[in-house]
Amino acid sequence: MSNTLLHAEYPVEAEDYTCAGEASADIKRKLKQLGVSANVLRRVAVASYEVELNLVIHSDGGVLSLEVTPDRVRLISKDRGPGIPDLDLAMREGWSTASETARSLGFGAGMGLPNMKRNADEFDIKSKVGEGTTIQMGFLLT
Amino acid sequence: MNIQDMVNVLHAKVLCGQERLETKVYTACCSDLMSDVLAFVNEKTVLITGLTNAHVLRTADMLDLKCLVFARGKIPGDDLLEQADEQGLVVITTPATAFTACGLLYEAGLRGVPIEWPESEARL
Ligand SMILES: Nc1ncnc2c1ncn2[C@@H]1O[C@H](COP(=O)(O)OP(=O)(O)O)[C@@H](O)[C@H]1O
Ligand SMILES: [Mg+2]
Repeated sequence: MSNTLLHAEYPVEAEDYTCAGEASADIKRKLKQLGVSANVLRRVAVASYEVELNLVIHSDGGVLSLEVTPDRVRLISKDRGPGIPDLDLAMREGWSTASETARSLGFGAGMGLPNMKRNADEFDIKSKVGEGTTIQMGFLLT
Repeated sequence: MNIQDMVNVLHAKVLCGQERLETKVYTACCSDLMSDVLAFVNEKTVLITGLTNAHVLRTADMLDLKCLVFARGKIPGDDLLEQADEQGLVVITTPATAFTACGLLYEAGLRGVPIEWPESEARL
């Protein structure tokens, strides 16, 4: 797209708890440099951190990408599987299948997907068992 | 209340950010669940937690938090403290348990971050 101000892609590995969160920290830094308002910055940061952690905790690995156009910040998380069998259940506050490791680090409260939806202006999740999950979020800049 | 007042109330030890103790705190949140913290907390809030891993710092970074209180005398590793200092955080540790730390701060006038959910405590 010609009016793209910024585009970045971050591969995120499954179960890489050490690096988990680095992509989101970089995204936040980049958006801050672009002069994105504190309110949007904070909402993007929270959603990005949750979606990145989900890639680490629940997926077989994937890519988090950032795209900024003059009207919005877009975050896209696309993974290689395993997919979510019941999306309604997954979207429910408190529902979690997180491992003990994830829980011991402070995750697995089942608040991630609801948090993303609450913070993003646009939220779309598609998932297919055996194929993977794609989450698209938009944050309006105007 | 500022961070110095909290240090006094909690008999806390300052682990980093000594030069930022004048920073004001407005509300508090006590949790070990980073998703709850991400959902409800804002930059004017102090986080009281028993977790001392890198994700607490990353969560604090995402939210631009100014102060972390580690309960039950917990002290994170030097690498974490260095990173916390870079983030501009004040980190303090109190011998009190999380429960007692919250009680002491509440008694001193600090209140919880306002949280909205269907059965929220605003109705109490
Ligand atoms: N990328 C993903 N791949 C597979 N499953 C996922 C993914 N993201 C979320 N889920 C499923 O949805 C549930 C709810 O996610 P979330 O609300 O972030 O809570 P939590 O991460 O604390 O479990 C997860 O426990 C998991 O079962
Ligand atoms: Mg999650």
